[in-house]
Amino acid sequence: MTDKPLTGRARPDRRPHTLEEWRDLGGYEAVERGLRELSPERVLDMVDEARLNGRGGAGFPAARKWRFMPKPGEAPGDGPNYFIVNGDEMEPGAFKDRILLEALPHQLIEGAILAAYATHSTEIIVLIRDAYRDAIRNVSRAIEEAEAAGYLGRDVLGSGVDVRMWVHPSAGRYIVGEETALIEALEGKRAVPRKRPPFPAQSGLWGRPTTVNNVETVSCVSHIVANGSNWFQGLSRTQEGGTKVFAVSGRVHAPQVIEAPMGTTAAELIEMSGGVSGNGVLRCFQPGGGASGFLEPDALEVPLDFGHVRAAGSMFGTGTLIVLDETACPVGVIARHMAFYARESCGWCTPCRDGLPWAAKIMADIEAGAGHLSDLDILRMTVQVGGPRGRAFCDLMGGAMSPLGTGLDRFGALFEQHISDKCCPVARDHGRAAA
Amino acid sequence: MSLAPDLRAAIEAAKHHHGGPRPAMLEALRMIQQDHGWVSDAHLEEAAALLGVTTAEMEDVATFYSLIFRRPVGEKVILLCDGASCWLNGGDAVRDAVMARLGIGFGETTADGKYTLVNICCVGGCDHAPAAVIGRDRKLVGPLTADDLEGLLGEDAR
Amino acid sequence: MSKVRLTIDGIAREVEAGQDLLSASLGLGVEVPHFCWHAALGSVGACRLCAVRIHDGPDDDEGRIEMACMTPVAEGQRVELADPEAAEMRARVIEWLMVNHPHDCAVCEEGGACHLQDMTVATGHHRRRFRFEKRTHRNQDLGPLLTHEMNRCIACYRCTRFYRGYAGGRDLDVFGAHDRAYFGRYEDGPLESPFAGNLAEVCPTGVFNDKGWSEHYARKWDMAATPAICTQCSVGCNLFAAERGGRVRRVQNRYHGAINGHFICDRGRFGALHVAEARLDHPRIGGAPADAETTRAAVQEALAKGAVGIGSPRASLETNAALRRLVGAERFFAGVGEAEARAVGRMAGWLAKGRGASLKQMEAADAVLVLGEDLTGTAPRAALALRQTARGAADALAAEKGVPAWLDNAARVAGEGRRPPVALVTPMTDALDDVATWALRRPPEEVAAFGQAVAAALRGEAAEEAAREVAEALKAAERPLVIAGFGTGRGDAVEAAGAVAEALGEHARLALFPPEANSLGLALAGAEGLEGAVAALEHGRAGTAVIAEVDLVERADPRLVERLFAAAETVIALDSAETRTTARADIVLPVADWSEAAGTLVNHEGRAQRSFAAVSGGRPAGWRVLAGLMAVRPGWDTLDAMLDALARDLPQLAPAKETAPGAAFRLPLGQVARAPWRMSGRTAQDLAGRVPEGTPPADDDAALAFSMEGAQGADAPPALRTSYGVPGWHSASAAPFLTDGPDGPMAGDDPGVSVLPGFTAPAPLAEHAPRGAGLAPLPLHEPFSGDELGRRAQRLAQRCPAPVIALHPDDAAEIGLADGQRVAVDGGEAVPLTLDPAVPKGHVAATAGRLLPRGGGHRAIVEAAE
Ligand SMILES: Cc1cc2nc3c(=O)[nH]c(=O)nc-3n(C[C@H](O)[C@H](O)[C@H](O)COP(=O)(O)O)c2cc1C
Ligand code: SF4
Ligand code: FES
Repeated sequence: MTDKPLTGRARPDRRPHTLEEWRDLGGYEAVERGLRELSPERVLDMVDEARLNGRGGAGFPAARKWRFMPKPGEAPGDGPNYFIVNGDEMEPGAFKDRILLEALPHQLIEGAILAAYATHSTEIIVLIRDAYRDAIRNVSRAIEEAEAAGYLGRDVLGSGVDVRMWVHPSAGRYIVGEETALIEALEGKRAVPRKRPPFPAQSGLWGRPTTVNNVETVSCVSHIVANGSNWFQGLSRTQEGGTKVFAVSGRVHAPQVIEAPMGTTAAELIEMSGGVSGNGVLRCFQPGGGASGFLEPDALEVPLDFGHVRAAGSMFGTGTLIVLDETACPVGVIARHMAFYARESCGWCTPCRDGLPWAAKIMADIEAGAGHLSDLDILRMTVQVGGPRGRAFCDLMGGAMSPLGTGLDRFGALFEQHISDKCCPVARDHGRAAA
Repeated sequence: MSLAPDLRAAIEAAKHHHGGPRPAMLEALRMIQQDHGWVSDAHLEEAAALLGVTTAEMEDVATFYSLIFRRPVGEKVILLCDGASCWLNGGDAVRDAVMARLGIGFGETTADGKYTLVNICCVGGCDHAPAAVIGRDRKLVGPLTADDLEGLLGEDAR
Repeated sequence: MSKVRLTIDGIAREVEAGQDLLSASLGLGVEVPHFCWHAALGSVGACRLCAVRIHDGPDDDEGRIEMACMTPVAEGQRVELADPEAAEMRARVIEWLMVNHPHDCAVCEEGGACHLQDMTVATGHHRRRFRFEKRTHRNQDLGPLLTHEMNRCIACYRCTRFYRGYAGGRDLDVFGAHDRAYFGRYEDGPLESPFAGNLAEVCPTGVFNDKGWSEHYARKWDMAATPAICTQCSVGCNLFAAERGGRVRRVQNRYHGAINGHFICDRGRFGALHVAEARLDHPRIGGAPADAETTRAAVQEALAKGAVGIGSPRASLETNAALRRLVGAERFFAGVGEAEARAVGRMAGWLAKGRGASLKQMEAADAVLVLGEDLTGTAPRAALALRQTARGAADALAAEKGVPAWLDNAARVAGEGRRPPVALVTPMTDALDDVATWALRRPPEEVAAFGQAVAAALRGEAAEEAAREVAEALKAAERPLVIAGFGTGRGDAVEAAGAVAEALGEHARLALFPPEANSLGLALAGAEGLEGAVAALEHGRAGTAVIAEVDLVERADPRLVERLFAAAETVIALDSAETRTTARADIVLPVADWSEAAGTLVNHEGRAQRSFAAVSGGRPAGWRVLAGLMAVRPGWDTLDAMLDALARDLPQLAPAKETAPGAAFRLPLGQVARAPWRMSGRTAQDLAGRVPEGTPPADDDAALAFSMEGAQGADAPPALRTSYGVPGWHSASAAPFLTDGPDGPMAGDDPGVSVLPGFTAPAPLAEHAPRGAGLAPLPLHEPFSGDELGRRAQRLAQRCPAPVIALHPDDAAEIGLADGQRVAVDGGEAVPLTLDPAVPKGHVAATAGRLLPRGGGHRAIVEAAE
């Protein structure tokens, strides 16, 4: 067993395995074992004991989410339970699910079948973002193969369970990745998030019990069933189970996807990515994608997992690092982020719909040297009023406020210099911001 | 120009997929765009009629989702990333170079109808930053540099 | 319902459990700012304005900021509206909403009655900090009824939620995303829903407004408002009529918990403005204008020959009673055919048994059978109520999942689209088909048979399968409802509806819709059909016909109308507008329309309601004119005296007097003022050319003043309310302060008194299929053009579809008529023929009233017009 269970089997050229090739690598053994020998409850318990936290951003324990799913006949109403795989991946700085979808579709299907089994779901839908056409193609083809081999369809492996699986390509928008918005999108509506509670397990797709998990989360499941909870938990250096598919980008020499134990530090990941580029001196980094708060070099040795990063004052999110050296301006990064989040707001709630574009306009002005000192009051107000959980309708707004809020706290002086000097002081002092 | 018979048939069939006409709207829009590059008023109206939904309902989703194009686009749509990771690696210079080379800004199409330039973030290609995806099959290209756009524009880079 | 105890800003409160905190607060009079929440549409949490701090209990010191609209009330909750962080959140939400708002209050119709203005003032936001360019939108031409000014939009999503979710419209939607969300149609063009006008009130700012009002604009505070009752169908929606300078500028919904709630239909809202069209202002004899004295003499002479009186289903109880007194009870008839008169009498009989359902009760039904009635055409507001019925089952399933109905979007999802069984048994495609479990098409003469089959199935007798299925569904329901009317021109559906209700048991309810605003009142006054009047004239028992406010051509078999004109020596017609009847009458007397006089109408439930004069100094009420014709003046100088007389003549109708306080009623501040305190130009507007300030005109018929002097707002008894009158809340969003629950009854009870108790119905009319040449008539009802007077209102007229004559292609072939050929029914107005296989064979379907009178019982000849 490799120390990179999720990505270890990927081919360098990312060509996906055929079913045969996959089976030669031990593929679908976990599905056979799970459906033939284990009860759904046992599969769920194993995932619980493995301490698999969701990899889509919030780090919610997968098993805990699954336990909310009612058994057939338990839920009011008529219809199946749904299991949805979230492959929207549009968070700035995130590109880790791409390899799992493109190169390892059978691994995802295996995990999805087991997850569906554990959640009494008979319908599996994989939502994949439009830009990942290879992923859409590869996963669709792998589903056909799995169907033909009897891993999907009626009475899978004689277990009495029917499972259907299909791919839904997203038509584009970041908010589609938010799990309840995703469900709306699948229903053919605008991807506007839903109020929780009711949680999807109570009332999800078409009002039916539904679980949404990230591609990476799902990709872990077959390994847990195949190798046991202890093994999975043991892959981690911390209390949170497994390896993590990190992604490192920004100012590093070799931006890349890295599967490493949960709890690996930023220092190690940056090292593995060829070290800091630019002037080689780290200024700061976002540990969990565009919606995570900035950390500074003092956090380089923090073990990266949901708990530790939270304690360090940021968010582990998607586990994708954006690295800034001293010649990179955080104000510029924040301006890009604000423009993105403002553009991607679904338009439902006021703080996000109208607050973010205002902040984005201010950031663009400040970066261009056209800011006013009073603009900082507006930015701080936006963070204070719109940032805390529950102020906006969903977590997009709060996510957008993390880099802005931590940026203002940590780099306030830089903001002020932009305004007083009427230009970007970092670019001025270090030449143009180029790699 | 109305929709080709096989496209019409596919749209009607979509009505019977999971969930009925509502999810079929998005499917229809995607299929139309795959064939035509964008969704014209006439095609949107035709598809709405086939699905038994109103044009307003169709337009609702067509305009919500950012990768359904409701204006004509060039042969190749370039989705150029304007996200932070790409910016950190010289994205702005690439953007300026592409715009200068093609003579268009974001949301515009070259006079010869060959390219449409759209900004997007993120394309999931931060390991290839600055990155873009191009064409109907959304091919990922990068890292791009301001002096070498050949990976993106091929012959037209010069 | 159980109660929970909580505190709001330190004050202990007790509220009904199961509701959201915002509804509960407003019900207590606690002014929690809000936008996206709407009393009839529930909570969606979009605007984030209703932020409050909530502590879960005594131990929760910190609490958290929550949206009141999204939070269920809970025992021990401590709510702080005044919390500084919550107040700051609300102020910032307003600031954000104002980022793109044009601040054009000075030129915006909504100004002064704008919820956005009110909320902005309430939250204290007053300084603009946004220094960038605002985004702008293109406006659409949404047709003759509504304006569209998208830049004012604050994206509360109320419009689409009302239009699509509540009213079932599908041509208005939201487009785009983020701060460019756009609310409109796919392309310019009139909004299709007959309830679109409500957008003017649903929208909390000035995006959608009443176009006619905008054209003849007056600020809300410069208009005087009067409580009125809609005269355009039998539902009897409550209205505010706003007047300035003697002109009704605008009509709006006036909340009534059992009837219209927060919404009315476009026919009611825009049709009411017919008062400016085709007016009859001068008496006429033989087609020529005549002075009052000459007219009076001519009338006396005609009356001396003995007269029959022909009463009206759209005129007030008072006018009908006055006519009855003028000609004598035995010579008083209805201006409708006997089939209709009898059917309405029968409806009153069924309703008198206590089975009647109000619109509110309709909404609560869990299984519905509609027998023959195209509700959207004949009683549009009732159709809107039936749409809400359709949500009951979904809400019940949602409740099983722990999702309360007020959590609107969530409840819709959790409800899995479940629907209660609704059977529509109608002759033609019906606008409500989309909420029907069974949309069954039956020709008019088979509708009752289907209903009787359902009744039979319920009694355990043999019946056709469809009827058995429907019976099964009704039987399983806790609150079954049967709906019928006279829309098909036949009364047998009413009997069938009654039979189904009887077979179901005590709990079954009936919603019966007579054709017009006071059809039931006319029936209760004991008027028999027009046939009796014609017979009396033909047999020489009378020489004169006095027709009060009714166009017979609209309502009765044209042959019968011809016989009347042939037999009567003199026809005297009273009306407010020129009709096909006044055009032929020998003597014409102008009378008040709805806006000029007070009067009482009995709606479909048997609820008598009082409408008041919205303008002063108009034409005299019909009953006053009739009193003036009597040889001996009856002493009815005021409405109160008239009602006393009415009670003596028609004891059944005595409770009508209790529908509203009499003219002598006084509050501590005096009468109830029509005009608000802010009214400007009050001393000048009616005084052109006169120097001294006049005294305001008196209203002898109401405890309402044509001035700003007197009591205002919520102090007034519900029937006399001229505004919601909550300080600081100047729009319809103030309604929830005055109701018991967001769409419950009005505090102090909903206006109106039943006049049904003790009524004994006439025997049903034996209905026989009309014989002879021609086709069976099938009147087509239409929401916009449905009312005789309303469809003349200029703007509504532009929304009225062209009248239709439609035949089954086989029938057309047999008669030798082609598609598009100009044809007429019974020699009436000619229109191009439509061929439609949906028309049952042997029938001619044609626009009710305009081309085909309502009353059945005759056969209609369709011929090519030259
Ligand atoms: C604005 C927004 C965007 C999101 N985008 C994604 C996404 O692209 N992919 C994803 O897996 N989760 C995304 N999430 C998180 C999902 O809502 C959800 O928590 C996740 O899919 C659950 O999977 P997990 O439990 O396996 O982490 C997003 C959340 C928010 C608020
Ligand atoms: S925070 Fe509000 S507007 Fe933004 S995406 Fe979420 S729901 Fe939509
Ligand atoms: S009224 Fe509560 S969020 Fe809008």
